Amino acid sequence: MIDTLRLTAEEALGLLERREVSARELWDAYRAAIDERDGELHCFLSLVDEPAGEGVPIALKDVIGTKGIETTAGSKILKGYVPLYDSTVARRCKEAGLVTLGKTNTDEFAMGSSTENSAFGPSRNPWDPTRVPGGSGGGSAAAVAGGLAPWALGSDTGGSIKQPAALCGIVGLRPTYGTVSRYGIVAFASSLDQVGPTTKTVRDCALLYRTIAGRDPSDSTTADVPEVELPEREDLRGVRIGVPKQMVEAEGIESGVKDAFERTIQLARELGAEVGECELPLSVEYGLPCYYLVAPAEASSNLARYDGVRYGLRAPEDAYHAMVMRTRDEGFGDEPKRRIMLGTYALSAGYFEAYYGQAQKVRTVIRREHAEAFERFDVLASPTSPTVAFELGAKTQDPLAMYANDLLTIPSCMAGLPGLNVPCGLSEGLPVGLQLIGPQFAENALFAAGHALERALGFDRVPERLR
Amino acid sequence: MAITREHVLHVAKLAHLDLTEEEVERFREQLSAILEAVSKVSELDLADVPPTSHPLDLVNVWREDEPRPSLSADEVFANAPDREDEFFKVPPTSEVREP
Repeated sequence: MIDTLRLTAEEALGLLERREVSARELWDAYRAAIDERDGELHCFLSLVDEPAGEGVPIALKDVIGTKGIETTAGSKILKGYVPLYDSTVARRCKEAGLVTLGKTNTDEFAMGSSTENSAFGPSRNPWDPTRVPGGSGGGSAAAVAGGLAPWALGSDTGGSIKQPAALCGIVGLRPTYGTVSRYGIVAFASSLDQVGPTTKTVRDCALLYRTIAGRDPSDSTTADVPEVELPEREDLRGVRIGVPKQMVEAEGIESGVKDAFERTIQLARELGAEVGECELPLSVEYGLPCYYLVAPAEASSNLARYDGVRYGLRAPEDAYHAMVMRTRDEGFGDEPKRRIMLGTYALSAGYFEAYYGQAQKVRTVIRREHAEAFERFDVLASPTSPTVAFELGAKTQDPLAMYANDLLTIPSCMAGLPGLNVPCGLSEGLPVGLQLIGPQFAENALFAAGHALERALGFDRVPERLR
Repeated sequence: MAITREHVLHVAKLAHLDLTEEEVERFREQLSAILEAVSKVSELDLADVPPTSHPLDLVNVWREDEPRPSLSADEVFANAPDREDEFFKVPPTSEVREP
């Protein structure tokens, strides 16, 4: 009997290698879990009927282009779109023997923090189905937390891997910008988008990151990646951890989140880490407004391609311009429209310097503040999300309240830095996430620190109601 | 800053969005609130700070310029809403007047 709620991907690989279970048995176990629980959780937008290989299954966020498998990015405008080629990450997964189970739910074009912006309905949190799993990669996170997939890939622009991982009590890595190819990924904001793993353990995360990372001739923004080391050590001796003062004192952090975070920092000290305070005042104060100028501006440009001509939805109209405008109005949901409008405004004549130009300068300030912090520390630590998972519908009417979910995840994204979420406890019976940030290309340091803390914390990642 | 109905209509036109009346009013309110929040970036005096357009300091990334197989025409048109021979077919782009 395979317990998909507990089995890690590393254990699944071991079972296959030792021939203790067959690839078919493994596949069937996850399919049975999907049959049992996906009706409630709605993690998947599409499922693959037959396994295309003999390896460990994986779920892919539906912004990841998969040859022959519908890829919608959670949008009506791409409903029925079937890519003609694999994204580089999908190809690398295939080459490593991983078998795609299906495509997971996402806020439309990865724009959101709850999956409630998906055109195909929200996903639900396995810890409490009346609550959101976070977003945009809530489908991937809920699938892993709910035992519907051993691991999954997500994509992160301002927190879409880290925040859902935090809300679902699992591990998620947003890698350094440029370490994972964006070739074949549905574009949202090209200077920010990164694909990364969503997993049960830090070691699984390192394994999957090793599979997908590396320079890609098809994406000129990729760089050479240091060799990925699987973490072994269970202490933190010699590790300098900085706690950005403004990130723990930020408005809106729930007291239960703060308590769990502080207990974890105390544990880090006991494991031998040198913990100190550091400062990121401008990054925390200006990160969110900076992001909500840069990302929509880039999105307005990237989403200009959806014109009803070459693929995707086309509204029936007798004249070309009317067809394009009707297609876009009918095909995009509210959030992409809001961001296209905001981005178009920020880029328009007379406003460009004051908005987009200024935001790009703020980005430099954020990079500099982080660089300064990393002169004294190896890793920075904060809560990942200011709150635990919230109720469905709680923030859908107020875009600014929804955007505030990403307060703590956004600054490092603006600086192109890697960030790891590790579950660090419960508040009101719901998972709290620890965010670890490193310098560019320091994923190994994040895995090492995350692994040691994960072992010491002993967090039971199986949702209480499913134990 | 407060966004007027004319602003919304102008931006919607630039963005090729044919908004409904209800959307125009809703986006006017929401964009006003969002723009007010993001305008916070203008508080900082950053005259001497260079912009960041890209988080990595990569320059001149080249790959070998080698011929590779491309998609067949049928593959290229597989997702097209409409085609005629080797072309994407769209409705008329300008009004046709009878002589």
